[in-house]
Amino acid sequence: MNPLKGSLRPVAGFAGAAVLLFAVAPLALTDFRLGLLAKYLCTAMVAVGICLAWGRGGLLTLGQGVFFGLGGYAMAMHLKIADAGPGNLPDFMQLYGTATELPWWWRPFANPAFALAATVLLPMAVAALLGLFVFRRRVKGAYFAILSQALAAAFAIWLIGQQATTGGTNGLTDIQGFFGYDLDDPVNQRTVYFIIAAALLALIALARQLIHSRYGELLVAVRDSEERVRFLGYDPANVKLVAYVVAAGMAGLAGALFVPAVGIISPAMIGIVPSIEFVIGAAVGGRASLVGAVLGAIGVVWAKTALSEEFPAAWTYFQGLLFIVALAFLPGGLASLAGMLRRRRARQRKATVVAVGEAA
Amino acid sequence: MTVILGQTFTGISIGAVLLLIALGLSLTFGQMNVINMAHGEFIMAGAYTTYVLQKSISDAGMSLLVALPVAFLVSGALGALLEWLLIRRLYLRPLDTLLVTWGVSLMLQQLARDIFGAPNVQTRAPDWLTGNVTLIGGADPLTVANSRLFILGLAVAAVVALASTLRLTPLGRRIRAVVQNRDLAEVSGISTARVDRTAFFVGSGLAGIAGVALTLVGPIGPTMGTNVIIDAFLVIVVGGIGQLKGTVIVAFVLGVLQSVLEYSTTVSVAKVLVLVAIVAFLQWRPQGLYTLRTRSLV
Amino acid sequence: MSGLEIRRLRVSFDGFTAVDGVDLDVRPGDLRFLIGPNGAGKTTLVDAVTGLVKAEGSVRFDGEELLGRSVHRIARSGIGRTFQTATVFEELTVLQNLDIAAGAGRSMWTMLRRRKDVPESVVRALETIGLTDLADSPAGTLAHGQKQWLEIGMLLVQDVRLLLLDEPVAGMSHDEREATGALLRRISEERTVVVIEHDMDFMRSFARSVSVLHAGRLLSEGTVAEVQADPKVQEVYLGHAAATEDATVVQEA
Repeated sequence: MNPLKGSLRPVAGFAGAAVLLFAVAPLALTDFRLGLLAKYLCTAMVAVGICLAWGRGGLLTLGQGVFFGLGGYAMAMHLKIADAGPGNLPDFMQLYGTATELPWWWRPFANPAFALAATVLLPMAVAALLGLFVFRRRVKGAYFAILSQALAAAFAIWLIGQQATTGGTNGLTDIQGFFGYDLDDPVNQRTVYFIIAAALLALIALARQLIHSRYGELLVAVRDSEERVRFLGYDPANVKLVAYVVAAGMAGLAGALFVPAVGIISPAMIGIVPSIEFVIGAAVGGRASLVGAVLGAIGVVWAKTALSEEFPAAWTYFQGLLFIVALAFLPGGLASLAGMLRRRRARQRKATVVAVGEAA
Repeated sequence: MTVILGQTFTGISIGAVLLLIALGLSLTFGQMNVINMAHGEFIMAGAYTTYVLQKSISDAGMSLLVALPVAFLVSGALGALLEWLLIRRLYLRPLDTLLVTWGVSLMLQQLARDIFGAPNVQTRAPDWLTGNVTLIGGADPLTVANSRLFILGLAVAAVVALASTLRLTPLGRRIRAVVQNRDLAEVSGISTARVDRTAFFVGSGLAGIAGVALTLVGPIGPTMGTNVIIDAFLVIVVGGIGQLKGTVIVAFVLGVLQSVLEYSTTVSVAKVLVLVAIVAFLQWRPQGLYTLRTRSLV
Repeated sequence: MSGLEIRRLRVSFDGFTAVDGVDLDVRPGDLRFLIGPNGAGKTTLVDAVTGLVKAEGSVRFDGEELLGRSVHRIARSGIGRTFQTATVFEELTVLQNLDIAAGAGRSMWTMLRRRKDVPESVVRALETIGLTDLADSPAGTLAHGQKQWLEIGMLLVQDVRLLLLDEPVAGMSHDEREATGALLRRISEERTVVVIEHDMDFMRSFARSVSVLHAGRLLSEGTVAEVQADPKVQEVYLGHAAATEDATVVQEA
């Protein structure tokens, strides 16, 4: 391949995506639609992490909702404290709680710097802790998937159980301000959208760098033959841990930015079902391809919003079918379809040539 | 003292339910290494079967007894169909199987919603299951609901039936042969495809039985499968692959642990603590309580 | 003391003793063949040396005790192995396979950047194993013999001092065997090489020394000629019918 062409293509891709996200979408879409797009882009950020951990590292993380939720709650806690104003309790605590002051574990989140750092570092820390225990002991494959799913279930159940301090089933709702800016103001909503779009592009760039680095090659090697990598003198546990922790940080950032875009975070967005839904987008688009995973994630949540309001039953059937078709019959996702078509055409051409040759 | 005994017995009855829902998985996941997320919906199918039968057979006791074999057949047939349609194409891709069957589970849930409606429904328990048995009399009595005892008995019967099928019948021998060496079994004249389907039928049928049992302790609804499936898989993961005794022991241990933790904390905290305990346990035995030793490590 | 020194090595699985008190010394520069009937404990012995199975006794390499260390630590102390079925990273190219093998000691910073140029050791290994022309092909597309060579090449760039090869020529054509034998000769000039092999012709052509394992014990040791002349070895290889009897004879002897 021409090396110049090889290095120019991603640059052109990024430039194109930037033009679409920063110029075309804000001009073409209404404020309402742009708000929806912001929400979709948050899902795409989670998909970038899933592409890295699952597509490249073979770690089927069915608990990304936990990290999305940790990021989201960290951000929402700060915003709720800020909304309430100094000395006041957040509204839901006044409603359900008997507490007269903030619980101790809420207090650090009053500090904006702490809260912002926590949105990314807290999910990474939880992932590191779990990953350390699980990967060290070579718990892998389906076992890991089930454990990560159990984590999502347990986290959602725990949040629901602590109504007085987490808002329970309702979650943290009705968030008004974002670091002093009123979120009801369309101009500020637009700014939130731009932040999300920029964050998504940054995460894609980061994931691309990781995938094309030596580490990225090693990650694929671990996915395909963990034992062999161990005999080369690497500790595969560490290799997996990095991918898992980075994916968790990406999900955390996505959750944090989801909060100002939508104004709410609740257990319904982080349990088993939403955790699997994060995976479906990446699976449909192509788990191992960054572009595929991102577009797949955006496409699937878009389809969900478009269909589920008018035809909720039909949407569920469609979603189930999408999962089955994508995974059973097209494991590489839509991203692999292009390559397959190209190969088939080449084969047909060859077959035609042979047939013509035989006829002659 | 009675409190401890009471919690232990509550734990045992939670364990019996866990055992029933995990038993079918110990065959499909434990023996055949297929992660079937739709297993929960096969449980749901068993529960709705009980509900439908009770509409036509008015005697609650009779309908419950009829429901056991019928639910086994209904869920078993669903399982065999799923195996034939999808799972047999995916035997070498366990993680994809997990996600594909999750898609199936979504569709089955929606199907239940379309047929029976989204709200939960309830069955009547027969008279002979509504009372209590007093285990310890006196001022501080320990009583156990008849329905809980029935479930415990059902769980024990199901384990015995499954274990003897695996150990004593030609089908059981074939299943074990296929599990231990698929290629060798194939060249020895065993139709592995038929064994797979039969094993899947039995495993899914057991889910149907579990569904019948669940109607005695809770409501029937489209999401009832999702609520129990993770716990069931955890039982197998901790119990170890390929051995029934691991499933049995772990189901009861987790049941008692859950019950004791719920008593000393809250339901939601107990869930989290049980998960922490499981991760800690896997540090000690990453392959689960019991494992089949094999020489191949690569 | 340098080279591989094994003392009283014992490995048992659930009551079955696969390796039963083996002593083995291999000096640097040796090309040692490890032979014996199926189930003699050859692969288990290699598993024990590389940390895959728990073992009792002592395994030292260049004076360092290996037993009790984790697999990747043993690999880092200069010991590499191959498996009966070639395991290369099928989705990576030949070059990427070798580059990964060369890089266990790389810093985090190097790992997180792209590969700018090909390391010198990788270039040399490509030449040694004769795969320079295929450097950019995915390893999954290689022929069986080429995969085995790639595995050996990966051990070379790892700069291991002890190579443990499990049936490297199984399934190879005659020409491939000759090439592999010549390759092993060259490698063994600077490193210690231990080869598990069933192919007696291959052993006769290339072995510098031979150890015979039988039923978990060391039966005989020496040059090819010495081992072939040993009556105990002849008994073991005479026929399967007498195999169990032989085992008892050997144990009594």
